[in-house]
Amino acid sequence: MMLGTLKIREVFARLRQTHRKALIPFVMAGDPSLPATAQLIQALAGVGADCVEVGIPFSDPLADGPTIQRASSRALGTGVTPAAVLKMIARIKRRVAVPLILLSYWNPVVHYGSRRAACDPAPFLRDAARCGVSGLIVPDLPPDEADGLHDLGRRHGIATIFLAAPTSPAYRLRRIARASEGFIYYVSLTGTTGARRQLPPDWLHGVRELKLLTTKPVCVGFGISTPAHARAVGRVADGVIVGSALLNALEPFRNQRRRWLREAAAFLRGLRRAV
Amino acid sequence: MAALDELETAFHKARRDPAFHDTLNAYLRHYAGRPTPLYGATRLSRALGGLRIYLKREDLLHTGAHKINNTLGQALLAVRMGKRRLIAETGAGQHGVATATVAAHFGLQCDVFMGEKDTKRQALNVFRMQLLGARVIPVTSGTKTLKDACNEALRDWVTNVRTTYYCLGSVVGPHPYPLMVREFQSVIGKEARRQILQAEGRLPDALIACVGGGSNAMGLFHPFVKDRGVRMIGVEAGGTGLRPGEHAATLVKGTPGVLHGARSLVLQDRHGQILETRSIAAGLDYPGVGPEHAFYRQLGRARYAAVSDRLALEGCRLLARTEGIIPALEPAHAIGYLKQLANRLPKHSLVVLGLSGRGDKDVETIARALPDV
Repeated sequence: MMLGTLKIREVFARLRQTHRKALIPFVMAGDPSLPATAQLIQALAGVGADCVEVGIPFSDPLADGPTIQRASSRALGTGVTPAAVLKMIARIKRRVAVPLILLSYWNPVVHYGSRRAACDPAPFLRDAARCGVSGLIVPDLPPDEADGLHDLGRRHGIATIFLAAPTSPAYRLRRIARASEGFIYYVSLTGTTGARRQLPPDWLHGVRELKLLTTKPVCVGFGISTPAHARAVGRVADGVIVGSALLNALEPFRNQRRRWLREAAAFLRGLRRAV
Repeated sequence: MAALDELETAFHKARRDPAFHDTLNAYLRHYAGRPTPLYGATRLSRALGGLRIYLKREDLLHTGAHKINNTLGQALLAVRMGKRRLIAETGAGQHGVATATVAAHFGLQCDVFMGEKDTKRQALNVFRMQLLGARVIPVTSGTKTLKDACNEALRDWVTNVRTTYYCLGSVVGPHPYPLMVREFQSVIGKEARRQILQAEGRLPDALIACVGGGSNAMGLFHPFVKDRGVRMIGVEAGGTGLRPGEHAATLVKGTPGVLHGARSLVLQDRHGQILETRSIAAGLDYPGVGPEHAFYRQLGRARYAAVSDRLALEGCRLLARTEGIIPALEPAHAIGYLKQLANRLPKHSLVVLGLSGRGDKDVETIARALPDV
């Protein structure tokens, strides 16, 4: 079995050779159901996603705007647990060639497994690796506090991906770049996730600064909503992450599974053409 | 994170600057009304038979609660940092009012996030904040209480971080907030220590205060931490029962977890999802607690108990009838615990109770809950 971190690195190496940029859609596990999410991941991988980011729902998603908050609370309403999300990923791992990256807040990660009271992330990483997860993003865990997670990621071959923001000064960008494996997640704006009409001018300068500090790939997320945004970002960054805009496009069709999958594929194709 | 680094640096710099302390002390004295009295509540003591109770009268402060100690300190810090806008979360509205007050005084813009449920049950404080020129933003996500107000304030802060100062109201949240709020609130305990020595010639046997996030209790406890003979008792909201979702007794029923950027005890399910809480006191209705309280509990330095809505209401009535003081529903929990405490402590034990706020904001709630007053 190929280790997750290597799998992500290989994706970016291949893209670099062909001068292409990564397109990474985000989906919320369990919204509307886990089998639907499994189908959605496969559909997205089928129309050109280079990685898929899979969100584990949390009761208090601090970094997220209204769209992902709603998706998260709907998913929790159906009783989705981190263990169920891992099982779903294990079921589809043979059918999905692209790396799957989990996004979870820290509290569900440390409450996974039997040693809950110890607040130990080890069982989660061990099982995530077994289930075929390639990377992990924990938006409420800064690299300053993540030495333990980083070591566990190395041991299990899971890429720990950290977030850099437009407000991160150089000393923090260096720390984030050092700690990130696979790629660095650059947050395009100061704020929470959510579709925007326009991207603020912040991101361009930040991505360039970051790229001077590291040879690791830099992907940009938060607020990227249209093919035009994706094209602009793709010119400078190594990849584009799209979450809320995709979920917004899908939200009206949650109860029509086929239509829902068709819309997702169409939305991603539009972005693929731009990137 | 960069914003927290910036805040920590600014705080430590201010802390070492005598001019900052002079200014803050002048405001505390002439604007907020410090020092507050330490009042020997003889009729309350007699009614409880045995204890000798002193009340630390934070309810007499400007704006009606201890919250102003912290907001004055943080507003001065915000001004030093060149921030022009204050944001805050509030549960009972006392921290929101205290933030709106200092914002008005220092000419800063002010937005206060408040759970929609709390805007209804603490409508008087919503109006006070608006009168002071603040905008009150009702929060409709999640459980529509303090926890969600905190989420929204943090989301606003990351969005407007360059211009905005987040004035957090309790000893919770990411570092340096728990430390900073403790520092600004410990004026309560420093005064109480001096006053009880003056009045009684000795230290108290016990301190007691209510705990939501835990700022008034931490402010009272911390200056006594090294006085080994002084017991500390924190009283949490027992709501309508101690099953999940019925209370907000985090130190009594919580487990270790991470909420709002701090590792502490948290009320959560076995998957790490934060649980709903319930309390008649909006200011205690929070599923987390200050990490230093969790530490005291672990060390055994402080003890924590839960008091139900009903006992708190009885405490409220007891203080009103015996001393002519109507407490807020939050410290009414501490009063509600005194009967049990009287059974545990030797006769004539000397007790200092942190009376963190006055009850004006709660009279409607009390009237509904105590129809037979």
